[in-house]
Amino acid sequence: MSATTRHAVFVLRGNPVTALAAAGLVAVVVLALAAPWISPYDPVASDVAQALQPPSAAHWCGTDQLGRDILSRLLWAARLDLLIAVVAVGLSFVIGAMIGGFCGYKGGRLDRWVGRIVDVLMAFPLFVLAMALVAALGNRMENIIIATAVINLPFYTRFARAEVNVRRNAGWVEAARASGEGHFAVVMRFLLPNVLPAMAVQISLNLGWAILNAAGLSFIGLGVTAPTPEWGIMVAEGARFITTGKWWLVAYPGLALMLTVLFFNLLGDGLRDILDPRMRT
Amino acid sequence: MTILLAIARRVGQRLLSSIPALLGVVVITFVLMRVMPGDPAVFFASGPNAGAAEIAAVRHKMGLDKPIPVQLVRYLEDIATGNLGRSLGTGQPVTADIAQRLPASLELTFTALFIALAAAIPLGVAAALRPGSIVDHIVRMLCTAGVCVPTFVSGLLLIYVFYYLLGLAPDPTARIDIFASTPPDITGFYLIDFAIVGDWSGWWAAFTQLLLPACTMALFVLAPLARMTRASMLAVLGSDFIRTANAMGVSRFRIIVAYALRNALLPVLTITGIVFSTMLGANVLVEKVFSWPGVASYALDALLSADYAPVQAFVLLMATIFVGVNVVIDILYGIADPRVSVE
Amino acid sequence: MTLLSVEDLQVSFSTRNGVVRALHGISFDLDAGQTLGIVGESGSGKSVTSLAIMRLLDRAGQIDKGRVTFQGRDITKAKAGELRSLRGAAMSMIFQNPRAALNPIRTVRDQIVDVLRAHKGMTAADARKQALTLLEAVRIRDAEKRLHAYPGELSGGMCQRVMIAMAIACEPALLIADEPTTGLDVTTQKVVMDLLAGITAEHGMATILITHDLGLAAKYCGSIAVMEKGLIVERGETEALFRGASHPYTRRLIAASPTRTSTLADLADLDPSPPPSCHDRAKPGHRTGTGAGAAGETRPSMRASASLHPVRSPGTGHLLELQHVVKTFSGGVKAVDDVSFHLEPGGSLGLVGESGSGKTTLSRMICRLLDADGGDIVFLGESIARVPANDFHRAPQRRDIQIVFQDPNDSLNPRFTAFDSIAHPLRRLEHLKDGATLADRVRQAAERAGLPAELLTRFPHQLSGGQKARVGIARAIAPRPKLLVLDEPTAALDVSIQAVILQLLDRLRREDDIALLFVSHDLNVVRMLCDQIVVLRQGKVVETGASQAVFDSPRDDYTRALLDAIPHFEPAGGRLAFAG
Repeated sequence: MSATTRHAVFVLRGNPVTALAAAGLVAVVVLALAAPWISPYDPVASDVAQALQPPSAAHWCGTDQLGRDILSRLLWAARLDLLIAVVAVGLSFVIGAMIGGFCGYKGGRLDRWVGRIVDVLMAFPLFVLAMALVAALGNRMENIIIATAVINLPFYTRFARAEVNVRRNAGWVEAARASGEGHFAVVMRFLLPNVLPAMAVQISLNLGWAILNAAGLSFIGLGVTAPTPEWGIMVAEGARFITTGKWWLVAYPGLALMLTVLFFNLLGDGLRDILDPRMRT
Repeated sequence: MTILLAIARRVGQRLLSSIPALLGVVVITFVLMRVMPGDPAVFFASGPNAGAAEIAAVRHKMGLDKPIPVQLVRYLEDIATGNLGRSLGTGQPVTADIAQRLPASLELTFTALFIALAAAIPLGVAAALRPGSIVDHIVRMLCTAGVCVPTFVSGLLLIYVFYYLLGLAPDPTARIDIFASTPPDITGFYLIDFAIVGDWSGWWAAFTQLLLPACTMALFVLAPLARMTRASMLAVLGSDFIRTANAMGVSRFRIIVAYALRNALLPVLTITGIVFSTMLGANVLVEKVFSWPGVASYALDALLSADYAPVQAFVLLMATIFVGVNVVIDILYGIADPRVSVE
Repeated sequence: MTLLSVEDLQVSFSTRNGVVRALHGISFDLDAGQTLGIVGESGSGKSVTSLAIMRLLDRAGQIDKGRVTFQGRDITKAKAGELRSLRGAAMSMIFQNPRAALNPIRTVRDQIVDVLRAHKGMTAADARKQALTLLEAVRIRDAEKRLHAYPGELSGGMCQRVMIAMAIACEPALLIADEPTTGLDVTTQKVVMDLLAGITAEHGMATILITHDLGLAAKYCGSIAVMEKGLIVERGETEALFRGASHPYTRRLIAASPTRTSTLADLADLDPSPPPSCHDRAKPGHRTGTGAGAAGETRPSMRASASLHPVRSPGTGHLLELQHVVKTFSGGVKAVDDVSFHLEPGGSLGLVGESGSGKTTLSRMICRLLDADGGDIVFLGESIARVPANDFHRAPQRRDIQIVFQDPNDSLNPRFTAFDSIAHPLRRLEHLKDGATLADRVRQAAERAGLPAELLTRFPHQLSGGQKARVGIARAIAPRPKLLVLDEPTAALDVSIQAVILQLLDRLRREDDIALLFVSHDLNVVRMLCDQIVVLRQGKVVETGASQAVFDSPRDDYTRALLDAIPHFEPAGGRLAFAG
């Protein structure tokens, strides 16, 4: 493990952008976790006298139409958005990797069917699917997570399937069988771990995508409901004031979304180098 | 000739294999809509103080008192006869509503796709031709940043900059200024209709109205397209047959266009299909931001008020469009890649 | 007249780990019409030389120093436009892996036309006519029809002919062929090389043949330059070079290249880095032992295995017996069609065939990684074909039948160290837990395979090709199998490493009494290692027999064609005999 750590440090040193992204992400997570202690105001307490104030020393990011402190709401919202993304992506990763791994290894009719279903799902407007799911299941957080997980699933299935498929005839896979491993063990202990580095990149990218989706759902009124602080809702509420120049209502939650997703994406590229043992020297 | 036959066969296969998919979509949305909270019968009844008898009558009239499988069969029959039901919100047949609103969505989506492709392919090619150069770095930064900005944020920021600060863009509501006259309804696409009647000032008004939402959507899909162009162009440029062409002294222009780009566009074509369906989804957000009177905002309103028929019709429409797009891509792919016909 | 003159050429590549020098200053001249073979093992810089001459090095490569004078012009200083007008017209090149070297979505005709129009001010119609003439010149049957074919519709050999047609389209003065037949079957190789030699001689083109195959260079080149680690270590007329090579590396390379008469001992005589203890033990008895079937007097088991006719009934003491084995793949293709043979304990059998012969499918069925559709596979009197491949990992015979794979790069789990790779079958098949016993067994297997113990902690990407091959062998012998199936274990290795590995395998057979089933396309190698040969063609056995007998007097036409196609030289006999 220490070799891995050392390798990670080595890669990060040679790859400052990834290091920056990792640092940024850590900062976001820490801020989100610390929200109850560091947020200057109560995120849901309105103060109409202070409504629509531009950023100032008292309210660093300004206030919204109800006079709530935007910075405090941003911090609290980070908790929610990160939680949704991590749980949803985790779910779809585990399920998708298993389905895709076994289908890619086994091939045959089942594989073709799964492949076709996945293709259809992927090409379908997934955001619409998520909308329909949330609308049908109800505006609750677990349903947003389920919807996000469902629309992420085809990506992992397809990815694991393709990656496993190119390796299924590799010498070391047959060698594992000659060494007495059954098919199940070959997939779980040999193929999937080898696919993991490539999947880590996908996970990182999808975490960003999941956040965007969750925020998008909330934006159109199908996600978390007001007054819960959530980045998408904050943008939706601020949208009414953009034509009158109240930019901070939209810009700050937008920026929070953007940076978080950016960090995830940059980290995805960097992770590839860290997790790939071939890069170890 | 063989190529045409092969393409026809592929298209046939695609259409055949999409029938179960379409059917699946219909059934799933139907079931989802039925488990949705809210009772349309209450909504459809005369008012909040409608009596239980009246609601029951409405429910019976709508067939909501039958078991769900029976409702499903009735619904499928209706679809087969082209009857998609009636919207509770507008009181119109859903088909009429959609026919009226679909051109707006399509005009927006196609314009955005056109802008995105026109920008992404040259950018991706330029980056791939000089990997590591400033152009390459800029393109990569654009790509990374592009996927990070949600459409609803970028749309609002564009409005802030171009409407509020600079005053260049018109008021971001609807397809055309409410005081301007709409073009005669020929195709429903304002740009085309204005061009047909030769009303160029009207055309310009519609165009400026369209530009901002289209750019918003284009920005969103620019990144995957440019990224894919760059990656596949790089892969092709590094391949053996490009080295062969170089070793044979074929001109640089010919190598880049006839050898590299044509090969590199094949994966771009595939991803364009996916991008297009992503845009259909993103329509919901963009239409809401820009108050665009398209099918997506129509469906969204229906969804939020538990109005089944428009939502089901919308999903069916999306699925049909998506099948159509894939057929088009299959045809293009068949023309572009002879290996498809060899298989 | 000197056509091409290379002086003190130095090339380096910038990589992640800094600048790596690939050529350390090489010089040679080539006259018009001459043929030069550049021979070397992987990493010797032979391909880099050819790419540098054409100025086709990729972005990372750079010519640091030296001059390449072609027709009086210094190529290293030529402008891009000037280069473009030279390439294809005055100097041309053909590559290995011809199917990838042609544009997959452009017709053969259009690709030839592109070359013609780039250099000759031809109209499109004239160029098309010329393309047909060229295809006929490279003797493509039905040339008119093939004009409209895409590379994917043609075989590898056919694609290479198209490449040749493109390369000679403008009658260049110099043609560089970079491993033109690597990856092609040996019979196809002969056809392509004969064609190439004929055309270049006819047009008086100078040729540089880059190859790892000494036999090929000897047969087709007037002079040969031997490269090692970015330097030309020796250069001379072909005959003189083989008769009296002065540089030790050349001598080692010649020795390691299998010929019609060489024995394993010949190959390994100059083994550069033998594991000392094993090497000493290996030598005595070796020369007699590998004289193949003819020297059968030394070992009883070999005499037994030389009986040619498969005996039906199981339980006669055969280690392995195949009875009418059939495998049909989807689409009705019979990959293996009624194959029967048998192998004695401690014996060795070579399964020879070209691509599509079904030899790999057969080896997978014997290893019970794949189910046969018909026939029976009997191992030590027990039918193992009845155990489905899916369940065979639980069968008691699993540890008795082990396999060594073709490509050492792809046969080791990238996430396992060498130790873990070798330990894996012991953990699974003998249920050894981590501890001294396991470590001992792994170390023993590694030592038997000639793998130094200090390499056991390394990951595959930290090992060389030869070392990876040894890990693969150590893994296979770790559970002490009775039968080792070798699927082209040396096909991806350099000849000098191949020699060492072959010697190692032979020693394992004799000392550890492991029977070998050796799958290969290379008759020469099979003859040296195996007592018996089974020649396969399109899934059917065309000939079986004691190896030396098959080699000396093949009964089947196909075997004869295979033998004739092998380019070879006779370095030992003083007189050079080149096969024509």
